[in-house]
Amino acid sequence: MAMTLNDDQNMLRESARDFMASEAPVTHFRKFRDMGCKDGFSHGLWKQFAEMGFTGILIPEAEGGMGMGQIEAGIVLEEIGRNLSPSPFLTTSVAAVEALKLADKAMRDRWFPGILAGETVIGIAIEEGVKHRPEKIACVAERSGNGFKLTGHKQFVVQGTSSDMLIVAARTAGAVGETDGLTLFAVDKDAAGLSMEAARLVDSAMAAHVKLEGVQVNADAVIGDVDGGWAVLSKMLDAGRVGAAAEMVGVGTGAMDMTFDYLKTRKQFDRVIGEFQALQHRAAHLYGEMEGARSIVLKAQSLMDEGHAKAELYVAAAKAKAGLACNLAVREGVQMHGGIGMTDEYDIGLYMKRDRGLNEFFGDAYYHADRVATMNGY
Amino acid sequence: MSDLETFRAEARAWLEENCPAEMRTPAKGDEDVCWGGRNFVFQSDAQKLWLERCVAKGYTVPDWPKAYGGAGLSPQETKVLRQEMAKLGCRSPLNSFGIWMLGPALLKFGTEEQKVHYMGQIARGEIRWCQGYSEPGSGSDLVSMQTFGEDKGDHWVVNGQKIWTSYADKADWIFCLVRTDKTNKYQGISFLLFDMETPGVTTKPIKLISGNSPFCETFFDNVVVPKHQIVGELNRGWDVAKYLLGHEREMISGMGGDGGVTSIGAAMKAVLSEEPVLRAQMALFDVENLTFRAHGERFMDEWKTGKAHPAYSNLMKYVGTELNKKRNELVMSIGGTQALEWESERSNGGSKARNWLRTKANSIEGGTSEVMLNVVSKRILEMPGA
Ligand SMILES: Cc1cc2nc3c(=O)[nH]c(=O)nc-3n(C[C@H](O)[C@H](O)[C@H](O)COP(=O)(O)OP(=O)(O)OC[C@H]3O[C@@H](n4cnc5c(N)ncnc54)[C@H](O)[C@@H]3O)c2cc1C
Ligand SMILES: Cc1cc2nc3c(=O)[nH]c(=O)nc-3n(C[C@H](O)[C@H](O)[C@H](O)COP(=O)(O)OP(=O)(O)OC[C@H]3O[C@@H](n4cnc5c(N)ncnc54)[C@H](O)[C@@H]3O)c2cc1C
Repeated sequence: MAMTLNDDQNMLRESARDFMASEAPVTHFRKFRDMGCKDGFSHGLWKQFAEMGFTGILIPEAEGGMGMGQIEAGIVLEEIGRNLSPSPFLTTSVAAVEALKLADKAMRDRWFPGILAGETVIGIAIEEGVKHRPEKIACVAERSGNGFKLTGHKQFVVQGTSSDMLIVAARTAGAVGETDGLTLFAVDKDAAGLSMEAARLVDSAMAAHVKLEGVQVNADAVIGDVDGGWAVLSKMLDAGRVGAAAEMVGVGTGAMDMTFDYLKTRKQFDRVIGEFQALQHRAAHLYGEMEGARSIVLKAQSLMDEGHAKAELYVAAAKAKAGLACNLAVREGVQMHGGIGMTDEYDIGLYMKRDRGLNEFFGDAYYHADRVATMNGY
Repeated sequence: MSDLETFRAEARAWLEENCPAEMRTPAKGDEDVCWGGRNFVFQSDAQKLWLERCVAKGYTVPDWPKAYGGAGLSPQETKVLRQEMAKLGCRSPLNSFGIWMLGPALLKFGTEEQKVHYMGQIARGEIRWCQGYSEPGSGSDLVSMQTFGEDKGDHWVVNGQKIWTSYADKADWIFCLVRTDKTNKYQGISFLLFDMETPGVTTKPIKLISGNSPFCETFFDNVVVPKHQIVGELNRGWDVAKYLLGHEREMISGMGGDGGVTSIGAAMKAVLSEEPVLRAQMALFDVENLTFRAHGERFMDEWKTGKAHPAYSNLMKYVGTELNKKRNELVMSIGGTQALEWESERSNGGSKARNWLRTKANSIEGGTSEVMLNVVSKRILEMPGA
């Protein structure tokens, strides 16, 4: 595949760009933040996403979706990132949909229509500690009746209390630290024994701590195979990772563009500060980092879409690189804005906060660099 | 099968049949590289055979037109050929500044006669070229150069000095920036070609910190250059020089080690597994390396479809050379005391240490990193100021 977008993809980018800029710009984000919205996003906007076809972008055409791939999902995510548009797109339309694509027909029929309509939100309940360690999942699912009983806790479940269903990873066999023996479950938000406590994060997104106290689910709640959940989990996580990476390309580019504009207008010492070479070199270096991030993310997306054996390696590298580059963009952004960059009124700080959240999502740059090393054989 | 896949199959079959087994092992050092030229001594029959076969097929310069010694391949086909060569481990049949730098400039600025003559010689590996740009007083600020060509009707008489001229002592011809109008800084330079055996040309090798001596001071003392040996218009050599520098950057930026994505970490596992901080550095390097390869691929795809910014090669040069330096720092750290050996057989004549030192030049030659950043910030980011 050529590493350039084709005409259809360019068209999608234009419509996503226009849509986010007019319907969900940073002022939209601020509005929901300032009203202390308990969801952290607008259900109305989620419906509009559906009207644009975005919510079902990865759902097969035969099931009512757009049947597109990670490149296209990433195009939407980049615009989300650039505008800090709050939505359940990454968790629901990317991560959850990739998991549900591996579920049986009954389960897909149950959840896809709501996602397509922009009515359903799905939370991803994986994390149990402060860092991403999917193989360390300790939440237990014991066989019970015609199904399973889930016991354990989860955290960093983004938009958990706004979700209609949670995808919960639990251990049906094996020991903590093993990838075998995990199973994924679709757990209804109203299930008995399930309780959630919402916390607002630094980027104003809502995330839940979830308690599972003997939550009974039927056998048909299993996504994929019992004990073979790692395959589904990996697919879901990789889609989420490359998606978060694409969103970070958007966040970093948004922060960078805003900063470059500032360098061209702010005057000190009788000169526009963009004339100072100390800033020019850092700006050029930052641009190179963001261009690199954009490239590796596109590479990872296209390898995933091809089902290439190296996709996993590139996704890890892409999540790491996008994390490092976006983080540089927001740090340089705040610094080069001087005092005004420290104010809540100015947008650059919001980009810094969003970067922090996305960097932690499904494994940070260090976690993924470590995986790259392992996959490269050392 | 698509046309491209048919081509891939054909290319692979051709390579399997024609590339000698010996030419499918990695080159150990500069002496294994075929540079061609009047005085080149082949290291083996296989090296000679491989060159001859590629010349006959146009594969020394696959993307050049057939009329000028190439195979007339499209950018996509060229990429496929390179991929297949990499898969089989085929060495490059011929390296030369003619291929990387002068050829593309001739293709854009040369006359039909010059293309047929000079590009053909380059493609066949007959003439080895060197680049006469830098002068003692003119490095980054190249346009301040002083080497002067006095107009004598049907020829110029050139006087002056160049420096850092890579392989000047081994090259047959030079492409040289010569001032032909002292009153006009940018539009007073001409791009001349001449034989290094012309009376008045002398070279004096300079030893590098790597202990090797690949470049020279080059002196011109009343060197006669016929008027037809100019490329492009009189006094418009700066345009040619700049265009050529773009190709030079492409070449230098691609020098990020093995030209591929293979990690050097696996082979160093024994050391890395006991050095967690070093392993972490290596891991972060691998992330950067995979990124740079993807970046290069994207850049080439955009460049060839005319979508890349004309100054983008400056960015790639900066990123690629800094990465290569980092890679060699890691090789030295992982190699430990063994990598310090300079002359032993065990260390292959100190190859690690010498390569490490050589790579420090990557961010200087062909325009320094700082100059690249200046260009990116002004031309791509459109930052204000002079
Ligand atoms: C939390 C906080 C508390 C503060 N408290 C006080 C206070 O109590 N009293 C008070 O008087 N002030 C206070 N300040 C203001 C502070 O001193 C200024 O913010 C600071 O001097 C920078 O000026 P600026 O914000 O106008 O940025 P600018 O000067 O506009 O700088 C913008 C960017 O350009 C860079 N830059 C500017 N000139 C050059 C140059 N020549 N070369 C290279 N780069 C350059 C800067 O480094 C910066 O990255 C405070 C600021 C903050 C953030
Ligand atoms: C191994 C090697 C091979 C070479 N081969 C050739 C060859 O074949 N032919 C040829 O013509 N030349 C060749 N060169 C020369 C090369 O192009 C020059 O060394 C290069 O252009 C830098 O010029 P300089 O050495 O005079 O450094 P200077 O220009 O003096 O630079 C010194 C330092 O100042 C910095 N600097 C300069 N200007 C600026 C600025 N405006 N802003 C910020 N920083 C600045 C530089 O980045 C550098 O760090 C070669 C060099 C090397 C090292």
